[in-house]
Amino acid sequence: MSRRRGSGSFDLDRWRPSPFLPERDTRDSALVFVVAVLCFLACLTALGVIASDRAARGWSHQLTGEMTVIVRPKANETPDSAAARAAETLAGVNGVAEARALEREKAEALIAPWLGEAADLADLPVPRLVAVILDRESPASARSLQQALSARGLDAVVDDHTTWLADIQRGAAIARWVGLGVFLLISAAAAAVVAFATRAGLAARREVVELLHLTGAEDAFIARLFQVRFAQMAAGAGLVGAAGAAVLGAALRLGGGGQGLTPVLPVAWSDLLAVLPCPLAAALVAAVAARMTAASLIRELS
Amino acid sequence: MSRNPNAAETADAWDAVVRFDDVSMRYGREPETLRDLTFSLPQGSFHFVTGPSGAGKTSLLKLIYLAAQPSKGLLHLFGQDVAQTPAQVRPFLRRRIGVVFQEFRLLDHLSAFDNAAVPLRIAGQKPDSYRQDVAELLTWVGLKDRMHALPPTLAGGEKQRLAIARAVVGRPDILLADEPTGNVDHEMGLRILRLFLELNRLGTTVLIATHDQDLVARSGMPVLHLEDGRLVHMGPIPAGARA
Repeated sequence: MSRRRGSGSFDLDRWRPSPFLPERDTRDSALVFVVAVLCFLACLTALGVIASDRAARGWSHQLTGEMTVIVRPKANETPDSAAARAAETLAGVNGVAEARALEREKAEALIAPWLGEAADLADLPVPRLVAVILDRESPASARSLQQALSARGLDAVVDDHTTWLADIQRGAAIARWVGLGVFLLISAAAAAVVAFATRAGLAARREVVELLHLTGAEDAFIARLFQVRFAQMAAGAGLVGAAGAAVLGAALRLGGGGQGLTPVLPVAWSDLLAVLPCPLAAALVAAVAARMTAASLIRELS
Repeated sequence: MSRNPNAAETADAWDAVVRFDDVSMRYGREPETLRDLTFSLPQGSFHFVTGPSGAGKTSLLKLIYLAAQPSKGLLHLFGQDVAQTPAQVRPFLRRRIGVVFQEFRLLDHLSAFDNAAVPLRIAGQKPDSYRQDVAELLTWVGLKDRMHALPPTLAGGEKQRLAIARAVVGRPDILLADEPTGNVDHEMGLRILRLFLELNRLGTTVLIATHDQDLVARSGMPVLHLEDGRLVHMGPIPAGARA
């Protein structure tokens, strides 16, 4: 005996309950698009915040790890020998990892932008520079370097980079907070849009809510239907947005080689992991919004 | 036929499945749609609600299926004061009530079969336990060949029969129907009446709002006659009104 019952294309044995909510609804496409765009922007901002934070830490690291010494030769010695003597002196100071006299060409290259191409640097008494790399664990102070140079009778000035460190750190902190603020604003906007669109979507399905309500469905059952549906939708949109941001981040990383697109804003591969929570966060916001909206709608019916 | 057509007049009101005590109802700030209704429906009774358009028939049904609340008076369902019933209990009261809505309220994205099965799914039944019953019921109401069809593709009469199937599929304790024969031909109207009578014979309390005097007369069941929101007659249909 055939197990097929009914008629037409309906096969009773193969029948499975359809979801109470429509699988697809054209009204949802706008929601998916907007959430995807906002998630994309939020992820990009997160990547920017991470990169700027890394850049600021890099600048601080460089400034605290290096000093430059300007050496003026005395009457009885050449600039090169004065620089060599200063480098030798500094290398022996505790807290100095390396001290190296820079060639004349490098010193000239440093001051050339200030004098212009027309100037003949060969006629100028260009001071020699000594680059000092400090010990990371216990760096020497500018004062101890100055004392060591004076003790050897060298006419030299220690250029302490940390003088600018506070400004750079303050600038970096501002950039970090601004980035974080933008990220939070975009995230809040995304959450608001998800909540608003969820409410609109749910209102558009009011007839389903009413029918289920009047047929004896519990409030939590109805709310869960919408919660799951909108969370899935937002997660999908969040995934698209996050993937887009990750692709762009990867392009920046590839475009800039090891330092990212630019050393000013270095992007690391590991930064791309920051987009991972985005779909989850979007789903969470949508779930909460859908639950609250559904509960409110059901309260109106009761 | 009903076990007790005139049960409403003879049963102890406190044993009634539906009891109205001086109940009035209004929508928002509008004038009262229903006024000072007092009556009770014992378990297993069968009544029609009659009256001209705007008399309050649909509103009366809404109060019973808990889609509206009295603005005054006490409404008891299954012995419980509805106003005092916790919100979390109300869904379980609604599951005991089958409703044929005047506007059908079918879910357009679900097949006829899925629509008919909605109350059983909500009640938590497994598909294997009810698929045969749903199929047989749909066959009985003449939708055997339309089980897979979506409501927008159904004719008015087919929608009405589907709405009836959905209302009765869970063997409710109370069956409420709002103009259930409004879109079907005479023969199908009589079949639907027989279905309701059969359910009533099995113990379901039936309340049908209708303009169809012929249906009322053929059934021989008592009526609640409303006019301008007031209950003006309860009991057997007046002799002059019989077909």
